[in-house]
Amino acid sequence: MSGNISPDRAVVFAALGDATRLGLIERLADGEDRSIQQLAAGSPLTRQAMTKHLRVLEDARLVRSTRYGREVRFRLEQEELQRAQAFLVHVARQWSSALKRLGDHITKE
Amino acid sequence: MQDAIHETIHIPAPVERVWKAISDHKEFGQWFRVRLDQPFVAGTKSTGQITVPGFDHIKWNADVVAVDPPTKLAFRWHPYAIDPETDYSTEPTTLVEFTLSERDGGTEVQVVESGFGTLPEHRRDEAFRMNSQGWAAQMKNVRQYLA
Repeated sequence: MSGNISPDRAVVFAALGDATRLGLIERLADGEDRSIQQLAAGSPLTRQAMTKHLRVLEDARLVRSTRYGREVRFRLEQEELQRAQAFLVHVARQWSSALKRLGDHITKE
Repeated sequence: MQDAIHETIHIPAPVERVWKAISDHKEFGQWFRVRLDQPFVAGTKSTGQITVPGFDHIKWNADVVAVDPPTKLAFRWHPYAIDPETDYSTEPTTLVEFTLSERDGGTEVQVVESGFGTLPEHRRDEAFRMNSQGWAAQMKNVRQYLA
């Protein structure tokens, strides 16, 4: 038993709980940085809506923005995403061993 | 199901027997490793002390949501809130649901823990609305890219 669901972790999970933002993360998953125009290509969303979603991801430290002259480019921050995944794997493992103890408790009586 | 963890096990015993091991607070405590102060009753608090060696300073605090014999037990808690100095009461809770069903002459037990993305009231914002699509499953796809 270690780690807990901190408010910051909840922010990360909430940021991930949206199809548009998950789509953005998938677009950025190759590690390359992209402009808002590139990320908005083929999407029905306005630039303004796209900016809002990217802001949510940035607040959760899932993406990082860098300004190049007049252009802002976004890149995936893998660390936070991996931390969120590791936490879920940990919780799942705790449940898996608890259920195993339940099974043993019943069958070994 | 969104932002949830699913774990299942098949136990070669009748549903009634498994139900007792899960819903009886003393039996629950034996395998979960917690000493509970009172029986599980829907709508009430459940308190106790963790009995895992090395973690026996940790208190158990949960809100019992449902006790529906012999198929469903549900409670809300702060997952792995293990620092005794930290006040977790304002932090998000997750919902833990045990569901029992008869299968292959035994019992299938499913545990679902959900709500990891739920923020406390004071932090909630329109931008953080959960979408109906589950992200836990989609994260697996993303993970392929990250490998």
